[in-house]
Amino acid sequence: MKKAILIDYKYCTGCHTCEVACQKHLGLEPDKWGIKLTQIGPDEVAPRQWQYEFVPVPTDRCNRCADRLERGKQAMCAQHCQAGCLWVGDIDELVGRIDGDKFALFV
Amino acid sequence: MTGYEKREGARMSGNSGYRELEHSKPWQYEEGELTVTRSKAWTAPGCHIGCDIKLYTDKDGKLVRVEGDEESPYNHGRLCARCLDIKEVVNSPKRVLHPMIRNREDRGKDKWRQVSWDEALDYTYDNMMEIKEKYGAETFFFTHGTGRDVMQYADRLMYAYGSPNMTGLFSGLSCYVPRIAGMSCTAGSLYIADCSQAWFDRYDNPEYKVPEVMVIWGNNPIVANADGFFGHWVVDLMKRGMKIIVIDPRMTWLAARSELHLRVRPGTDAALALAMINIIVQEDLYDHDFVDRWCYGFDELAERAKDFPVEKVAEICWVPAEKITAAARMIANAKPATLQWGVAIDQTREAMGTGQAVTAIFEITGNIEVPGGLIANTQILDVMGGQWGREFLPEGMDDKRIVGNYQLMKTAMTSCSDDEVIRCLETDQPYKLHGAWLQAHNPLACMSADPKRVLEGMKKLDFIVVVDLFMTPTAMALADVFLPVCTFPERDGLSLICGIQQAGAMNQVCDPGDTKSDMEINLLLGKRFNPECWPWETVQDMFTEVLQDSGYKYDELREVSPVYVPFEYHRHEKGLLRSDGQVGFETPTGRIELWCNIYNMFGLDPLPYFKEPEPGPNSTPEMCEEYPLVLTTGARRWNSFHSEHRQIPRLRAMHPEPVLDIHPDDASKFGVKQGEWVWVENYLGRAKCKVNETFEMPAGIASADHAWWHPEGDPEKLYDVFDLAINNLVPFNPGPSGFGANYKSTLVKVYKVGEDE
Ligand code: SF4
Ligand code: SF4
Ligand code: SF4
Repeated sequence: MKKAILIDYKYCTGCHTCEVACQKHLGLEPDKWGIKLTQIGPDEVAPRQWQYEFVPVPTDRCNRCADRLERGKQAMCAQHCQAGCLWVGDIDELVGRIDGDKFALFV
Repeated sequence: MTGYEKREGARMSGNSGYRELEHSKPWQYEEGELTVTRSKAWTAPGCHIGCDIKLYTDKDGKLVRVEGDEESPYNHGRLCARCLDIKEVVNSPKRVLHPMIRNREDRGKDKWRQVSWDEALDYTYDNMMEIKEKYGAETFFFTHGTGRDVMQYADRLMYAYGSPNMTGLFSGLSCYVPRIAGMSCTAGSLYIADCSQAWFDRYDNPEYKVPEVMVIWGNNPIVANADGFFGHWVVDLMKRGMKIIVIDPRMTWLAARSELHLRVRPGTDAALALAMINIIVQEDLYDHDFVDRWCYGFDELAERAKDFPVEKVAEICWVPAEKITAAARMIANAKPATLQWGVAIDQTREAMGTGQAVTAIFEITGNIEVPGGLIANTQILDVMGGQWGREFLPEGMDDKRIVGNYQLMKTAMTSCSDDEVIRCLETDQPYKLHGAWLQAHNPLACMSADPKRVLEGMKKLDFIVVVDLFMTPTAMALADVFLPVCTFPERDGLSLICGIQQAGAMNQVCDPGDTKSDMEINLLLGKRFNPECWPWETVQDMFTEVLQDSGYKYDELREVSPVYVPFEYHRHEKGLLRSDGQVGFETPTGRIELWCNIYNMFGLDPLPYFKEPEPGPNSTPEMCEEYPLVLTTGARRWNSFHSEHRQIPRLRAMHPEPVLDIHPDDASKFGVKQGEWVWVENYLGRAKCKVNETFEMPAGIASADHAWWHPEGDPEKLYDVFDLAINNLVPFNPGPSGFGANYKSTLVKVYKVGEDE
């Protein structure tokens, strides 16, 4: 079954680690991405309530780290994710991890 | 819970309470075609922490890739973008790969001559000895860049040579040093936030308590990773329920998730802290038991804090009074509360009084030496203290150390007053300086205030050595000899992380070619200056000696690395914090001194105090007409460590040029737009950067990147450093103690860069 990527984007700090980890894994030049950050804010959505969020979005180059998962390793981006907010795995397992209000699931 | 998996496996070693980790694999093993070697990421290139890393090499000994070590209790398998890209640093075509010499009259010109190590070291030795014999060893000074694992070896080389003068060419020693000196005086030790970093099983350790509140003051830890503090521990703790209060003018990612965000005006933190102390005292929220038993001078502190009623302070700091009150109450009611503070506090002229005020909040609320509070830093080797090898400094030499009249600095420190060094370079008083050794240090781009003064002063020297990884503006402008160092995968080493020390082995996995480690260079030269001071045959023998208290030899350490120094809580109650074994703290009274005897002895204010930053809207209102915008500098970026990594394409692409973060209203006031190159100018000088309009900054306060240069630029224009250095706007002007300088608060105007500029 094709693997999915889950982001708990309440905690994604926008540190760019997943981008570089993936570039290393796929052997990409600096201007090509297997996963790329998007940013919202900082935006004062209501008085004194700020939204400042990042969501990394996998590109069509992402192969879900099939070879690593096969060898029992974590995906390169997931292992290095500084905030521990990114997982690569089976959809069912990932859906079971959703326990908050800001999750993005890429299937 | 995410981020790392709970893991047993820590066991006590037989060595005086040192704890070692059980690994599932040896320190070197095969994985498929590749060899994996566990190591520690330290310099070069630099960072302030030293994550556990796995280096993958092929059968030809080439570095193929790296990964974080999943078994690490420190970084839990994580690495940031900089270390993930280490291979590109190792293989960078920009590296200097052989020693080089240049004629003195060719300083500033790209006219280097490649030489052998023998020739380079002979030439260096001869020139340094000539200066020593003709003028005295004190006329040759030593510098190193921000504190990493180069420090202690640079200090020791200096002692072997016989000079007392170590400097950073950094006004007010304004990085971590003011807080170390300050807390040592007031509380007998450096205190750091307890994020469970002393335990292998970390957040799950039964003795550990997740802080109820962490105050993040003048710091963006997730980016900065300062001084042994892995920034994303904050995120780990937030997931475990910790709340945060952020004190920072900037709307950082953390601020957007905080319970309270106090957008303080740069340089007014002491007033804010004193107002909080006042509220905590007035509302009787302090920890009576802790104050009665362990603090000294509480009444005097309470009296001082009365001068800072919250309404008055709200006006000073540009923070609403209700928020200040709410923050004070939240901290006082949290059990425990902890503090992660940044160099924004150290980088003010009033660093000592400010640090004292901020830490006093946590002292009077009893958050010292408790799980999840603030804990005394333990260490194998005091890497920052300048003590290693100091016994070899010839008698009487310390009297010649350049410290001016800064008595506290003279007594509490082993280094110079950098501000006095600049004065000395310019005036030849108290004596004329003749040479310098700069190691891992690029002061023209980074640490130095007013870098043009540094350049002019240094030009007068007869002989300058630069030891570095890449050609830098500083080396191009000034070096007569360039000694190229290797990167961390190319050397063995010892990683002693500041901030709850562990000892980690760094292992060489690839060929350094004709470059050498900082440690080896210093050993080779140090031996020639003073063989007793550098008695070791190899750097590995030297590391074994550093480790002696732990009982490990260097090659034993490889197997078990990292090992952790003994640790427990409540050490002040057990006689573990004082050198005489008595209970209490290592201060004259044995208590935490809210009224500080040592400050008083040296003629400094014994209590925390506030003084308006100068220049500033309240201290120099007349200046506001021409320079209406408050500027702060030095915010860290994901892609670089200070002036490093600018020549690494992948990292550079992430943040290609220096920016001015500015509120859109301010940008339109100055008639500048997103992406435009502008000059940021104050009364002293100007620097170029690109406009980034952002709501991260409040109106009225902007923030400019520091430590910029263009490695791709013309070497003979010093890689544009004098166009780009924001420190052109920072004067050499330390506080009354000699510590602290205003790197982070000035007044500026902004205007477009002209077409031909
Ligand atoms: S799963 Fe692998 S390929 Fe996909 S984004 Fe992560 S690192 Fe890249
Ligand atoms: S590594 Fe993790 S925290 Fe960093 S940007 Fe990617 S998802 Fe976000
Ligand atoms: S924080 Fe980043 S640069 Fe520093 S040691 Fe860790 S991975 Fe390397």
